[in-house]
Amino acid sequence: MSPQQTPPQRPELEVELADTAVIGDVERPLTFYERIANNDVVQRMTILVTLIIVWEIYARWLNNSLLFPTFSETIRTFGKDIANGVLIDRTFTSLRTLAIGYVLGLAFAAIFTTVAVASGVGTRILSTLTAMFNPLPAIALLPLALIWFGLGTPSLVFVIIHSVLWAVALNTLSGFRSVPETLRMSGRNVGLTGARYVGLILIPAAFPSILAGLKIGWAFAWRTLVAAELVFGVSARSGGIGWYIFEARNDLDTATVFSGLLTVILIGLAVESVIFRAIEARTVNLWGMQR
Amino acid sequence: MTSALLDARGVTLQYKTPRHLVTATYRVDFSVHQGDRYVILGPSGCGKSTLLKAVGGFMPPTEGSILIREREIGSPGPDRMMVFQEFEQLMPWKTAYQNVIFPMKVTRKFARSEAAERADAAIAKVGLTEFRDIYPHMLSGGMKMRVAIARAMALEPDILLMDEPFAALDALTRRTMQQELLSLWDQLRFTVLFVTHSIEEAIIIGSRILVLSPHPGRVRAEIDAGGLDHNSIGKLEFGALSQRIHALLFDNAQGARA
Repeated sequence: MSPQQTPPQRPELEVELADTAVIGDVERPLTFYERIANNDVVQRMTILVTLIIVWEIYARWLNNSLLFPTFSETIRTFGKDIANGVLIDRTFTSLRTLAIGYVLGLAFAAIFTTVAVASGVGTRILSTLTAMFNPLPAIALLPLALIWFGLGTPSLVFVIIHSVLWAVALNTLSGFRSVPETLRMSGRNVGLTGARYVGLILIPAAFPSILAGLKIGWAFAWRTLVAAELVFGVSARSGGIGWYIFEARNDLDTATVFSGLLTVILIGLAVESVIFRAIEARTVNLWGMQR
Repeated sequence: MTSALLDARGVTLQYKTPRHLVTATYRVDFSVHQGDRYVILGPSGCGKSTLLKAVGGFMPPTEGSILIREREIGSPGPDRMMVFQEFEQLMPWKTAYQNVIFPMKVTRKFARSEAAERADAAIAKVGLTEFRDIYPHMLSGGMKMRVAIARAMALEPDILLMDEPFAALDALTRRTMQQELLSLWDQLRFTVLFVTHSIEEAIIIGSRILVLSPHPGRVRAEIDAGGLDHNSIGKLEFGALSQRIHALLFDNAQGARA
């Protein structure tokens, strides 16, 4: 073979387009089984059911309800306490405290980040504060909160604010920073400044990060609250879900402890997969900002 | 002499990078009149985009002044709508229609019902009526660019500022977009200030071309280029003008003689 071999001469070609009608359906609906297998809810339920079956089998084999009650026993206790209103009452108390703390935390985060984006100094102040306080466990502030605010809801709200504020502020600020320059300029081009600029351009543009911050903040708040209630539990009138668990432990009523833990998990799942999922579907997924 | 719509007088632009103070343009003068398709042409690094940003009000000149309707430019404003070269200038959280109507809502230049009509008309004009309720991430690059142009045009700015708007498009789409821009101009006779680094694009789009030298950008020439479009490609005058601009840009004696 010679190295300077030239490609062979070929005739040129012009043909009529082939008829595509013979292919038949270009689109085909998926079969029932294919749709089931791809369904997120079905997959999650399968995982849950498997876990429950493993739990039930292990607990029955162990046969010690003081150490590890069965799933069925836990559910029975759970149902009983729902029916007599104790669990609902406790959960409601916890959620109310949580809502107050969460909303206040978000409000502080909104103020802090708005100030921070307004100037370079503000950004540096916020990132320093975040670096200092974000790693500080909220529960470590509880003793201090008790000295300042006494036994009761204000102390709980204080630690919840601490747990929400820094996570949300950190995410929001990094979201604001990553808004593309072109988008900023097209906002300023139409004359947007100040709060309108933040509200109409920065917040929606940074929404994926803000939403991530809200999720992290929610999880921090919920676990901080339950932990704090375990420490001092009851306020003047009624205790929360943490107190419910603590009380049951004192009575060595392990099934009730489990039913309390189950409640904590169920609420966590519900908020994540109902509320946050719905927000995601209507915002970042719809806008193609997140897959 | 009639007064110009946009007047740049001895504009020197400088900006700071972490290590240097860069002079982007040095004492640039030019005037854009009503109805001009004014193209700023120059090699990369001649400060043409920076110049456009200064006209947009995003950076103040270090020296000299830029006047629009004899009024000094201070800050960005909807009288100078910008179309950027990047695709991400549309708001991903708004549909094509919402993107187009957004500046009209924010500036309150038109009544609500009129704004809605204008938005629909602008979308129809760029041929995207069936995509009006689609979010930008579902649109192709060319379509996004058309929405951006519709958004800028619907507001009826005094001048449209376009920063290499077709640079990121493929060659075929770019050609279509250039044609569309020209036919829109034929209908509406708006004023556009257009930045490009392509000699061919400058000749096709422009009625007047400002040639800038590189590092820092200084005025090299101002050329009339009306009457040449896609159909002129390959014609003698098109080739001659292209040669002449090429010579001006790269400053070689042989080219200038030709």
